[in-house]
Amino acid sequence: MAIPARPRTRGASRWQVKSLVRDWQLYSLLVLPMIYFLIFKYGPMFGVVIAFKDYNIFQGILASPWVGFDTFREVFQMDGFYRALRNTMLLNLLDLLISFPMPIILAILLNELRVKWFKKGAQMVLYLPHFISWIIIGGMAIQLLATNTGIVNNVIKSLGLQAVPFLTEPLYWVTTYLGIGVWQSAGWGTIIYLAALTGINRDLYEAAEVDGANRLRKMWHITLPGIKPTIIILLIINIGHMANIGFDRPFVLSNPLVTNVSEVISTYVYKIGIQSARYTIATAIGLFQAVVGLIFLLSADYISRKVNDQGIW
Amino acid sequence: MANQENATSRPDGRNRTVDVVIIIVITAASLLCLMPMLHILALSMSGNSAIMAGKVTLLPIDIDFTAYRTVFGNMQMIRSLGFTILLVSIFTVISMTMTIMAAYPLTKRHLKGRDVFLFIIVITMFFSGGMIPEYLLVRNLHLLDSIWALILPGAINAFYLLIIKTFFTSIPVELEESARIDGASQYRVLFSVVLPLSLPVLATLSLFYAVGRWNGFMDALLYITNSNLYPLQLRLYEMVVNSQVNSMLEGLSSVAPVPESLKAASIMFATLPILLVYPWLQRYFVSGMMIGAVKG
Repeated sequence: MAIPARPRTRGASRWQVKSLVRDWQLYSLLVLPMIYFLIFKYGPMFGVVIAFKDYNIFQGILASPWVGFDTFREVFQMDGFYRALRNTMLLNLLDLLISFPMPIILAILLNELRVKWFKKGAQMVLYLPHFISWIIIGGMAIQLLATNTGIVNNVIKSLGLQAVPFLTEPLYWVTTYLGIGVWQSAGWGTIIYLAALTGINRDLYEAAEVDGANRLRKMWHITLPGIKPTIIILLIINIGHMANIGFDRPFVLSNPLVTNVSEVISTYVYKIGIQSARYTIATAIGLFQAVVGLIFLLSADYISRKVNDQGIW
Repeated sequence: MANQENATSRPDGRNRTVDVVIIIVITAASLLCLMPMLHILALSMSGNSAIMAGKVTLLPIDIDFTAYRTVFGNMQMIRSLGFTILLVSIFTVISMTMTIMAAYPLTKRHLKGRDVFLFIIVITMFFSGGMIPEYLLVRNLHLLDSIWALILPGAINAFYLLIIKTFFTSIPVELEESARIDGASQYRVLFSVVLPLSLPVLATLSLFYAVGRWNGFMDALLYITNSNLYPLQLRLYEMVVNSQVNSMLEGLSSVAPVPESLKAASIMFATLPILLVYPWLQRYFVSGMMIGAVKG
């Protein structure tokens, strides 16, 4: 009775060896990339353990003593941490409110354009800011918006108004940060919507015309509902990334006068970890952010499954 | 005839005002995108007195190329440009090679362990060690202050890998099978069948890797302290954002450009390569975005 079992296992292992022999060339291609992932992606993931250790460069990660959650207790007593967390969430929320609708409006307007060359040209110009690095955008912002020498304030002053401290007053700084975000992302963001717009059934427009609907009504009752699923998916994905914030944009645009509103988690981790070399604390802050980010992402996925019967990945 | 065509494509042609309003709005948005760059361009080639008087808006006044001469004569800027070109070239070649090497085997459904490999890759799209563990890894590998610190950690983008894999999968499997029956090795199939059929997507993703590396800044800020190895973005940050632009003027005795035009010229210096290739390659960027969107 035990006889059938043996040939099966032997057969299976022989088959595995055979597939290894047959596909050795495929496996050989995978070797370097997999080593890459293990070292450069999983290495740092393992490195996160220093958040639970009293990390000492000379002892290394493994030999440093465990301290449990002590580091997190310390982090939760840091005012700077709460400030960075608040700013991250607040700037992301405002960014979502202001930057999210712009590509939708732009895409609907672009879609209404009938003159081909004008549409093509406008798209080319509108996509351009996406390819300019934040360093260059930051440099341009400083030149254009400087209170004394910037062109924008020169124009404002020539109109007889007071110069606006775009980059040096917290409230104005937030506005500037958001405005530059729109400038950089609105055009490029239209691409997905424009693709969704091509999928709308032409017959719907004709039927609406027969019923006497004008342009605006067609935009409102056909175009907008046509891209509604895309809008919802992108909105959910954006909410999922609420706790994450890039480094370049806040880092380049901020200055010592506005740290109170411009210091976000990423720049704070840089300040604590790299500039002050407090690796354990900075790693713990980064890990905390990753956990919060994961909660947001999983919630977004859950909502997406409820709304669309489809996860976000 | 022409009228009829017009009538079908614009059934409610009587509502012209809407068209005009839309064209005005789009034109305004496009101008808003261009004007900052035009102003910087104007600043970079205007005369000192016009700049100081705040007269320069969108067109240069008293055209003067001293600022450009200073920037192009600055060894640090030139060295950063050369280093960045070298960096972007090596990075793009290595990244594309590694990405293709990973993507091709993973298109084979019969490959044992394929799901495990895919899982290992996809996980990295959602979890990362974060800034400090990555920094410590680079330091422990003794890569700080070397070009490899800017190449290896970001060599494979898991998202691009999945895009290429999706594209490879769309190639008719019969083509590969007939080559295999003719005795071609897997390597041979990849080189002679799969890659030639994938040139558009390979071009697009090379471009994505290259632009990402050209614009990349944070890793250089973290990993590079040797000023000889500053990529252009980091150099520009020092010059323009940190206002060390005056260091360029050291040793210049003749008529020196004002900081404004010097900064503007530095910005143009670093942007020009992107501006030069962008119009010709824009459709590749868009097509890449579309593949990504369909996949995501």
